[in-house]
Amino acid sequence: MPSLKDLRVRIGSVKSTQKITRAMQMVAASKLRRAQEAVEAARPYSARMERMLGSLGSSLVAQDGAPPLLVGTGNDDTHLIVVATGERGLCGAFNSSIARAARVRIQELQAAGKTVKILCIGRKGRDILRRDFSALIIETIELAGQKAKTFADAQPIATKIRDMFDNGEFDVCTLFYNRFKSVMVQIVTDRQLIPAALPAEGEAESGPDLGNAIYDYEPSEEEILADLLPRNISVQLFQAILENGASEQGSRMTAMDSATRNAGDMIDDLTLTYNRTRQSVITSELIEIISGAEAL
Amino acid sequence: MADKIAFELVSPERLLVSEDVEMVVVPGAEGDFGVLIGHQPMISTVRPGILEIHNEGDEPRRIYVNGGFAEVTGDRCAVMTEEATPVEDMKRAEVEATIKTAEEDLTSAKTDHDTYIIQTRLATLRQIAASASA
Repeated sequence: MPSLKDLRVRIGSVKSTQKITRAMQMVAASKLRRAQEAVEAARPYSARMERMLGSLGSSLVAQDGAPPLLVGTGNDDTHLIVVATGERGLCGAFNSSIARAARVRIQELQAAGKTVKILCIGRKGRDILRRDFSALIIETIELAGQKAKTFADAQPIATKIRDMFDNGEFDVCTLFYNRFKSVMVQIVTDRQLIPAALPAEGEAESGPDLGNAIYDYEPSEEEILADLLPRNISVQLFQAILENGASEQGSRMTAMDSATRNAGDMIDDLTLTYNRTRQSVITSELIEIISGAEAL
Repeated sequence: MADKIAFELVSPERLLVSEDVEMVVVPGAEGDFGVLIGHQPMISTVRPGILEIHNEGDEPRRIYVNGGFAEVTGDRCAVMTEEATPVEDMKRAEVEATIKTAEEDLTSAKTDHDTYIIQTRLATLRQIAASASA
């Protein structure tokens, strides 16, 4: 049986933990709102980009001399896995679920005899993956210390990936991140960046129906595509970073909410034990006094 | 005046302009083009330059765009750009700072295409700097 003092100390420490988790939950809730707005504001651009890429790419993909960013290098030997995670922990399964999905993919690829390279965006993903694949991680990009992620943050990463591709350092590039669906639901998503994944016919949001209007292209389709593809990578990355930001806050909010609730349960339990102990101490003291008086 | 065209200006970070306007003049890669309702559907790249929004009775609004794409579909015109600033909001000091970085980019440009893009950007920026308020 723990002593009364021990119990009091424990209740005190659980209470202060609860205060912290509650504060974190509220901070996450307000950050979430901002992150969610950012995601929603960025969607029109990427949706349009995807639609344009769809209509341009599908007509060119079958042709000879199509840009390698669209059709790949023709090989499938070296894979670059871009793992986008958060910079901080204490957000439920957010970081670990991305890392787990990436790990499963890496193991599959290795089993198939492919070379794998890993590029981490965010410290947490590197920390987790380092245990198993420390030799494969080529670089980690940290985005800590910035409140709002801007497009300018995504651009250097995209440039780096493109440069690596141009130097023939990998054939296929896949991006792992958490897509924000709602506060409770975030979906780990893998997205192929290179070669560009074209939205399947009919699947792409088709905007206003044009009755199959034929577009004029200025300059040529090829030139537009050559301009569009590199930008598409930046946009996809930017979108992933934003979705990740919102997912992280959402998942932290849920995690901290349940932590606060757990702490509450624990305080109730401890208080009950405390009161019982206190009562039994009083009882035993009384018995001692009474039996002492009787003996006289 | 006739019907208006639904014009949208989007950057990766947000939707900048979404309204019905009479005409937009877009700085296309192969020359400026004006878009009115019923325009032939087209997709074009946009060079760095000044985009003008014309509305009946109003002074045309001028927005500096740093390259991108334009998609025109009969009753809609969407311009996607990575950077857009209304010309009147641009301060001379800022523009001059941008010019300086652009000049540095020019020296490190790898391809002729890059050089061309940066040169057009410089030309536009210089034009803005000349007319901008201090």
